[in-house]
Amino acid sequence: MSTPRTDGNPSPEIAVLTDNICRHYQMGEALIPAVDGISLEIRSGEFVALLGTSGSGKSSLLNLIAGLDRPTSGKVVVHGSDLADLSRAELAKYRLHTVGMVFQSFNLIPRMTLLENVELPMRIAEVNRNKREALALKALERVGLGKRKKHRPVELSGGEQQRASLARALINQPRLLLADEPTGNLDSRTGTEIMNFIREFNESLGMTIVMVTHERALAEQYARRMISLADGKLIDDRATASAATAVVRRGEL
Amino acid sequence: MKLYDSTELAVRNLRESFLRNSLTTIGISVGVASLVAMLSLGIGLQKLAGRRLQSSGLFDTVIVTSRRDLRGFNREQEDNGPAPADSPALDEPARQKLEQLPNVIEAYPDIRFITELRFEGSPHLTMVAGLPFSSKNNDAFDGMQGNFFSSDSAPEAILQKAFAEELLGRTPKRGADDVNVRELATPLLGKELVLSYTERTATPSASSEADRGSDAAAYSVVRHRQALKIVGISDLDPDSMRGQARARVFLPLKFAQSLHVMQASDVRDTTRLPGSAPTYSNVSVRLKSPKNVQAVEDAIKKMGFNTFSITDATRSMRQFFAVLDLFLGIFGSLALAVASIGIVNTLVMAILERRREIGIMKALGASDADVKGLFFAEAGAMGVFGGAVGVALGWTIGRIINLGTNVYLRRQNFPPEQIWFVPWWLIAGAIVFSIIISLLSGLYPASRAARLDPVQALRYE
Repeated sequence: MSTPRTDGNPSPEIAVLTDNICRHYQMGEALIPAVDGISLEIRSGEFVALLGTSGSGKSSLLNLIAGLDRPTSGKVVVHGSDLADLSRAELAKYRLHTVGMVFQSFNLIPRMTLLENVELPMRIAEVNRNKREALALKALERVGLGKRKKHRPVELSGGEQQRASLARALINQPRLLLADEPTGNLDSRTGTEIMNFIREFNESLGMTIVMVTHERALAEQYARRMISLADGKLIDDRATASAATAVVRRGEL
Repeated sequence: MKLYDSTELAVRNLRESFLRNSLTTIGISVGVASLVAMLSLGIGLQKLAGRRLQSSGLFDTVIVTSRRDLRGFNREQEDNGPAPADSPALDEPARQKLEQLPNVIEAYPDIRFITELRFEGSPHLTMVAGLPFSSKNNDAFDGMQGNFFSSDSAPEAILQKAFAEELLGRTPKRGADDVNVRELATPLLGKELVLSYTERTATPSASSEADRGSDAAAYSVVRHRQALKIVGISDLDPDSMRGQARARVFLPLKFAQSLHVMQASDVRDTTRLPGSAPTYSNVSVRLKSPKNVQAVEDAIKKMGFNTFSITDATRSMRQFFAVLDLFLGIFGSLALAVASIGIVNTLVMAILERRREIGIMKALGASDADVKGLFFAEAGAMGVFGGAVGVALGWTIGRIINLGTNVYLRRQNFPPEQIWFVPWWLIAGAIVFSIIISLLSGLYPASRAARLDPVQALRYE
């Protein structure tokens, strides 16, 4: 498990390191540089917000860190392992055990109940059947959905669905939580509710959080560090006001 | 993902698009059903033919003749073996020796003669033959009216239908419907039939003189009459194998032998075997199993007799049924091939529909193999259900065909038949085949699903 963040520690473990990564998409004749040479370091236990307008490349960067996509050039190193060295199967294992993901559109599987949705990563991880249900139920109870376990996603509000997807993201105890606009489809009240959960995971479980958002206010309020992107490039990287201590920052590239 | 989990998810997914998946599964069922129905019919027919031939006694019987009769059944037999004059006679001791051979149930002489029978005063001329008691279970007596002989030595007769018609003066017109054997039986069963025959008896006084003298015939021929009770009217022709010489009246073999009726071969024997015991024109040797035919035939040939059996005919029959089964199997499989296209179609559709879901699963950490396994499991599950339902359906179709055929047979006054047979290996084989076909069909969709790019798939709405 991740080492709890200890503020002031001069060199906590580096959770995520990207070295000059690029991701170019071929769209017909045109080559689109979604991510264009980004280098950054995220330390274990940090809560980082990736800010930017749509098309700035923040989601593409998140997908590269998540191992859902491979960079055209450059490398991504997570907890010491270079994702480029991993085979497709190993990359799937990495997503399964090291990364938890939360999406703007929740991405719960509609044909499954909440309990089954939360159980799914354990199913993929081949966790013993007898333990799965209890663990899934515990995770649902943690986000206040214990009574809704038999419901299907469509029967729930957006906030409830996002809570369920948080429970699912955490079920295999990942070290890294990647959230892609987690409040984008929610009203501000339920958005706050979700953000409080995420902050709690960061603080009590010491999880490293990388959250994509376009709401500066949200980033300011919850994250300790804001990284701004535009046109696939890193344009700003600084500690937020809420950061109690200075965030270790990488030097200019 | 563990196989159990993939299967569970797969069955769940199948239930979700119930109508479409049911239709696909029904497609497989129909394919399997046609395969099962076709093959079970082929196997049933083969069994029927085998059973018929088995009980007809053609395949477990070797017919033995003496080489003295100069009647080898083929050139090879005539060219090999002892010279006719040196070969043994086919008499009672020879018959007993034949019966002692291993795997032989019985060896009985062929007793047949043409004679006159009187029924209610009017004479009828026909061939009469002795019938061993063991032929009671012969298929030729299916549909017989009355009973089989009460014992092997009872003065009783079974008539062939054609002769019964003749006795009643009902000669059927050409092209007319067959007369119902039941109608013939009523006026005939239990009635008396008088058999005239010529008995060959030893004549002690004459024979002693003859022995001292030259090659004179050493027996007398005496005319006799014998009353017979009609106990049965056979619908079919129990003696069909004998062709022109086939009998229309049958007596119990022991009884027929005890009459010592003058046989055709007796006259000929007088020129060669002065005063000796009577010989048989041929002896039928019945074996425990058709498998023993070759060995027993060889043993009999070694004794110096000619033999005849129809084992070669079985070989070509088996060949025929193998080809028939092959063709029936190919026709049956065609429907299954069409059904397999249905599986491919359904799964490709499912991939399009569940693209996002595949993306989610990959994002959560499912590997290519997990996704592939899931779609494979879905194809396999359709194969299992399709196979099981198909076997049941094929079984039902077979039953219905069988039932329909029997209704037709009964209307034509034939006994019902089991023309359809589903062995356990066909049931198991059909289900396994259906699963294999389904998995093969799932190959392409599954690998396509596994190759999906998760980022693209997640973007898909």
